[in-house]
Amino acid sequence: MAKTISPSDSRGRVKPLRKRSRELPWPANLYQTAVGKKYIMALTGIGILGFVLVHMIGNLHIYQSPLEVNDYGEALRDLGGNLIPRTLLLWVFRVGLIGMFILHIHSAWSLNRMSEASNEKYQSKRDYIAANFASRTMRWTGPIILLYLFFHLADLTWGWWLGDTYIRGDVYHNVAESMSSIPVALIYIVANVALAVHIYHGAWSLFQSLGINNPRYNAARRGFATGLAGIILLGNLSFPIMVQAGVISEDNRTTPPAGSVTSGALAPLSQSTVLEVGS
Amino acid sequence: MINLDSKVPAGPLADKWDNHRFSIKLVNPANKRKYDIIVVGTGLAGASAAASLAELGYNVKVFTFHDSPRRAHSIAAQGGINAAKNYRNDADSVHRLFYDTVKGGDYRSREANVYRLSQVSVDIIDQCTAQGVPFAREYGGLLANRSFGGAQVSRTFYARGQTGQQLLLGAYQAMAAQIATGKVTLHNRSDVLDIVTKDGQACGIIVRDLLTGQVSSHSAHAVVLATGGYANAYYLSTNAMNSNVTATWRAHRKGAAFANPCYNQIHPTCIPAGDEFQSKLTLMSESLRNDGRIWVPRGLDETRMARDIPEEERYYYLEEKYPAFGNLVPRDVASRNAKTVVDQGHGVGALKNGVYLDFADAIARDGVETIRERYGNLFDMYERITGEDPYQRPMRIYPASHYSMGGLWVDYNLMTTIPGLYALGEANFSDHGANRLGASALMQGLADGYFVLPYTIGDYLAPKLGEKVVPTDDPVFKTALEEVDSRTRQWLDVKGTKSSDHYHRELGKIIWEYCGMSRDEAGLNKALTEIPAIREEFRKNVKVLGTADGLNQSLENVNRVNDFMEFAELIARDALHRKESCGGHFRVESQTDEGEALRDDENYSYVAAWEWKGEDTPQELNKEPLTFENIKLTQRSYK
Amino acid sequence: MSNNLNFKLRIWRQDGPDAPGSFLDVEANNISEEASFLEMLDVVNENLLENDIEPINFPHDCREGICGTCGVMVNGQAHGPEKATATCQLHMRKFNDGDEITIEPWRAKSFPVIKDLVVDRSPLDRIIEAGGYISVPTGTPQDANATLIPKEVAETSMDAAACIGCGACVAACPNSAAQLFTSAKLHHLNVLPQGQPERWKRTEAMVETMEEYFGTCTNHGECHEACPKEISLDFIAFMNRDYVKAKIKNRSLASQAK
Repeated sequence: MAKTISPSDSRGRVKPLRKRSRELPWPANLYQTAVGKKYIMALTGIGILGFVLVHMIGNLHIYQSPLEVNDYGEALRDLGGNLIPRTLLLWVFRVGLIGMFILHIHSAWSLNRMSEASNEKYQSKRDYIAANFASRTMRWTGPIILLYLFFHLADLTWGWWLGDTYIRGDVYHNVAESMSSIPVALIYIVANVALAVHIYHGAWSLFQSLGINNPRYNAARRGFATGLAGIILLGNLSFPIMVQAGVISEDNRTTPPAGSVTSGALAPLSQSTVLEVGS
Repeated sequence: MINLDSKVPAGPLADKWDNHRFSIKLVNPANKRKYDIIVVGTGLAGASAAASLAELGYNVKVFTFHDSPRRAHSIAAQGGINAAKNYRNDADSVHRLFYDTVKGGDYRSREANVYRLSQVSVDIIDQCTAQGVPFAREYGGLLANRSFGGAQVSRTFYARGQTGQQLLLGAYQAMAAQIATGKVTLHNRSDVLDIVTKDGQACGIIVRDLLTGQVSSHSAHAVVLATGGYANAYYLSTNAMNSNVTATWRAHRKGAAFANPCYNQIHPTCIPAGDEFQSKLTLMSESLRNDGRIWVPRGLDETRMARDIPEEERYYYLEEKYPAFGNLVPRDVASRNAKTVVDQGHGVGALKNGVYLDFADAIARDGVETIRERYGNLFDMYERITGEDPYQRPMRIYPASHYSMGGLWVDYNLMTTIPGLYALGEANFSDHGANRLGASALMQGLADGYFVLPYTIGDYLAPKLGEKVVPTDDPVFKTALEEVDSRTRQWLDVKGTKSSDHYHRELGKIIWEYCGMSRDEAGLNKALTEIPAIREEFRKNVKVLGTADGLNQSLENVNRVNDFMEFAELIARDALHRKESCGGHFRVESQTDEGEALRDDENYSYVAAWEWKGEDTPQELNKEPLTFENIKLTQRSYK
Repeated sequence: MSNNLNFKLRIWRQDGPDAPGSFLDVEANNISEEASFLEMLDVVNENLLENDIEPINFPHDCREGICGTCGVMVNGQAHGPEKATATCQLHMRKFNDGDEITIEPWRAKSFPVIKDLVVDRSPLDRIIEAGGYISVPTGTPQDANATLIPKEVAETSMDAAACIGCGACVAACPNSAAQLFTSAKLHHLNVLPQGQPERWKRTEAMVETMEEYFGTCTNHGECHEACPKEISLDFIAFMNRDYVKAKIKNRSLASQAK
């Protein structure tokens, strides 16, 4: 029995779940840790939020007239005026946006994986107090939004299922045609509710992740996130609802289809509706 | 007989520590790494000692039964830590702190030790502040102070009501830094069950790993016990559930003299027990007495709510009896008076087992916000436990066993009567005499660990340069290890009917009754027959289930209760022999006409150091005479 | 006098780290409403012992809410239903007679169950060892009042330092993240003047050690709700900011050293 062993040898400590990787040069090293990834997630979230908001506001042109909304699309392509090649700035934005999406999604995916690897499930029912529906469904609303993004591009940018009725460059026409179908309108509605739920948590949480917080404004943060999510939700939901209600409709149209007016200008730009025109 | 050489240096009081530091032997910085030191316990004393020793270069092995060193019970200290900084310009000085401590201890402590404690108290505050302890501050950015029982100056530094926690975190973090460098090896969840000696010198310990049940030996050049006090002998106390006497008791059985075991402090401001199954009593910081007024109804069998009792029917017994100190009399005086009024039938609460601590006047005077700022967390805690709101109705408080002034006898170097075995903090007896003043325990633990032991241990180690530690396969270790292993396993074979908690509770009742706030010869004699009887029954009839080869909290507990059972007898024996009253030890036979403790300096001005004589032989009394060259002994008076 | 209450308990039992566990159904009868939650378990254990069933091992020590040893999931909530209260300070008067109470150990990959309700939380100590201290060897540093600290700074430092290290934040977090603990420890030292020299090194080291053991923060806020000391989520934000700053500052500090 007279063994001499040190307790720490005989039972082992709790081992780390993961090893640190070799540190990359700054600023890539930020992305190597979870706190850094959250920071990137918040920054890209801000960028995407800005896009979503501007996109929604821009689309409100549809309520002015079909011409206005089509001109708005045209103006985006013309950003930078004659100083730079046409659509260059737009493409810079697009590439930036795609980059942000990729980083946002990748960071979310890898953070989620890290959490799953650290978590041990309870055997009895958990009773959550603070974690709300929005915060707990980020990992579900995220993929829903991503799927919706593809649907949306395919629908209004590439015109996959409008087929012959799809007119390149005629935003008003395409929106009215697409959303007049009840299943499509429902998809838009469901997806935009998911988007709003995502923003409801994301727009609050990003301050936390970035460490921009002052206890005095904490209450305002919640209001800000709720307001932002609400505005975006209202704006975006209005499109399918108004189409269904017949407010946006080819029957009410007083101007000719885009093709017949500005066909020359539109010809090289057909693919440029990729990200900024739609719902 | 053992030789109780206190090694107090010669010379004027104020120069003793300086002279001593100069005259003791030192270990060369490069040689320190050749020494291994074991530290048992990670409270204020243990953690600060381990960190400081490792910083000096010694190899330190630290043992704690907790899962983390930061859980040691020092963490529960609330009120504060004294230091003779004189930041308040209220005539404080090293000498005044020294004087207050000796007087508060009812002249039963060693002058030189207390003076040293007062001297280094100043350094402790500097050290802790530099470590990042968030002491309370004034708006100007200076450190804040509060006053405390037994003192007429404001010298207590505090971090809300969590001073012990913050100081412990400071010491723990300092130790964590050394764990990271590898100079400290931490053994958590390790219960130290025996001290091993060879040729009369401490050479190691026997440890049971609480996770695997494995018993192992560890050797070192010196062993430091910082294992706290024995207040849990009373079962109901303010100590943590797992606080125990085992390490010091086992050291005593191996030859370390145990000093003044009857000096146990009963803290006046605890929440009274609510029912039979209460497992511990919760302390409310003594600082509450700064603003709260203590009273009981004058009438017996009072049934009205406190607020309905008119002023003239309230008995502010402390203010009436002690006009100068009022509610701020030392702990022993406050406790005894509470017991007196409750015994007379003035008690309040459903079980009539408490007195009121009333904040109504303070709230009216300073406003509820000020009171909330000062005591908010304590009030919240009180409400959680009792379900009563202290902002609306007075708190109920009653004394409870809290702190042990007694402990292993140590000399000026903090070494016990076993060479190479040191005792720090509450585990030793050295600084508080027969009664400890509030906010002095934290001071003493840190003084011992940060500023005393790191110097004095060199005196013992220096001549051992080049000596190897006793190997753990030496027969002394083998025998001790086998003894510990079989002692632990035997409990599983008793197969009795009652839990160890049951017997602990029974033991607690006996010593609370006979060795509590007041003691007399007949009662103590009764205790001396009842304790062995309950011990016998316990050993024959305790029931422990489970295995010895893994985590088994019942098994941990039964070992501890067993040691309390042996130790309690020594409390009673010491209390019986000391026929005077002093500090926390109140002998009914020895009191003034006014019912105050009456010392007998002629016959009892000594430290009673008990020597283990074997299983069936009573301990032998050794005396270290106490001489007071700098303080005139007076009858303590707080009137 | 107090009323006595009866409860139906479901308590997690597990023999060892690798043993499978399951719930034990047991009745707790005649419990005083003055009893704390752990005292209720004491009574249950006495009854189990009488019936030759090994008592339940549960973590506990000071029983006054400061040592941080205790902590179990009570009905799916870390430390039970009462806000700002550790398990030991939870009292049975907060429950109703006849309640069903489910008791489970903390769960996280880095908090493995040792036995019954006892888990190993030592990774929290590893985080401290990584840098949760101010390096000031024992000696005679400057006088304590030589550095003035604004009251507000001392207060916020103390707010963070109040953390008792119980691990409820990890247990309550759906991601098993230790952000609240780590950020409290960082904030305690990072806001103090004494903590400045090592601030950036400390932040980087502690965060990265934390991430070796625990999950990531989704800003749910469950940790704060479970915390017996009500440690603020703001500290997590401070930590995030300090961490990103640290990555930059440590780089420039390193270049100065060259």
